[in-house]
Amino acid sequence: MRKSSLFFLYLFIQTFALGCLFTHASYKKQVDTSHLQEKADLVQKLGLTDLCLFTEASYTRHLSLADFHTAFQNSPMALEHFPSGSLVTHPQTAKKMYENLD
Amino acid sequence: MRTWIERHRNILDFTLSSLLRRKRKNAALISVYTLIVFLLASVLFFTYGLREEASLLLKEAPEMTVQRLVAGRQELIPVNYIERIRAIRGVSSITARLWGYYYDPVVGANYTLMVADDQDVAPGTIAVGEGVSRARLVSPGETIEFRTHQGVTMELEIKKTFSSESGLVSSDLVLISEDDFRKVFGTPKGHATDLAVRVRNPKELPTIALKVAELLPDTRQILREELLRTYEAIFNWRGGLLLAILFGAVLAFIIFAWDKASGLSVEEKREIGILKAIGWETSDIIRMKFWEGLVVSLSSFLMGIIMAYIHVFFTSFMLFEPVLKGWAVLYPAFKVTPFVDGAQVASLFFLTVVPYTVATIIPSWRAAIVDPDSVMR
Repeated sequence: MRKSSLFFLYLFIQTFALGCLFTHASYKKQVDTSHLQEKADLVQKLGLTDLCLFTEASYTRHLSLADFHTAFQNSPMALEHFPSGSLVTHPQTAKKMYENLD
Repeated sequence: MRTWIERHRNILDFTLSSLLRRKRKNAALISVYTLIVFLLASVLFFTYGLREEASLLLKEAPEMTVQRLVAGRQELIPVNYIERIRAIRGVSSITARLWGYYYDPVVGANYTLMVADDQDVAPGTIAVGEGVSRARLVSPGETIEFRTHQGVTMELEIKKTFSSESGLVSSDLVLISEDDFRKVFGTPKGHATDLAVRVRNPKELPTIALKVAELLPDTRQILREELLRTYEAIFNWRGGLLLAILFGAVLAFIIFAWDKASGLSVEEKREIGILKAIGWETSDIIRMKFWEGLVVSLSSFLMGIIMAYIHVFFTSFMLFEPVLKGWAVLYPAFKVTPFVDGAQVASLFFLTVVPYTVATIIPSWRAAIVDPDSVMR
């Protein structure tokens, strides 16, 4: 078998695998619709405002409801909660506070 | 047409033989290339999935949350504010939310205690998220003890646990009755944590927020659009994780491009010289180098994307999970719905395959236009 034929076969296998994964994605999206609806219902029922991503500090648990001065609020030595503190940006509401000063 | 295809196949055959002659170097190149695509695609798939999910879920969040601020900190809000806000035209409903954080010394975790208007949570009972039940190793029918603000221990029976699928919004949640909540925290009657406001026409929201601010100057209004923007901002390209990965990947590509653009190795130059001497044209050599770039970049790209998909959606972002968990004791199971589309794959393709292929052709063209005799010397 020619080397180019082997290469095209290899590309075909990879593209086929990628196609299968795309099919999986669309199938999984349909399956997850009920779970998403369950979560959305919970958000509506309880009036939730944030996702439960980082629970170690109040300002990483409820990003949108955090104080204006979010960093260093736990104690002067709690430099931040790494790595969560480095993953999340300032809440939009805190940014808005300083817009008038620019 | 057939001749054209055959010509390209012959060049490809030769290119593959040439790549196989430098097996180790090219295997290392493809491995690093695949790793870069894998990292970039993993972060892109994960953050895009979370962002989509956040925007879908938070669409159901209250249109406005009203907090009371005293000396720069959030304080309890008197429930009589409700009537004053309700008087504003356009407000359809207001709910006083009672919620707070409870530190459980047994597992060293913070729970979010929330009062629910739910028939399932009668006084003396609670409903807990899967994170709480996992950390405390408890199930419905068992009890969790809470220490009240007066130092008294209070045992509450678990009526139900939320499904692990809802973990992204409920993992650390403990739903509790209003009486029990006030007993635990000592929150006085007539006060709530904040107010959730819903309006009839969302277009009127900024005006209503302005009226609330004028009417109640000690309050702060957080609009739903701000919640959505906050989550958009966390996982966009400026976010910490994405930026760190992007920075590394871009740096690696600069090294790649620099290596290619700074010229070919003596061996490669000699090969080009011999090919020209035996009758290959400059265009053939450029075709050969184009195929070389394409073989390396396309196979690495496809492999990287496939590995990233498996990593994010089958192994729940296994490699990056410790970073996301951080120091938290409670964390949701990071099972993200695969919101993957052609645009993401296309942007990754243009970020990785195109620059590499172009970077391969330019130095080859430079080497191919010089005299074969001087190249071979």
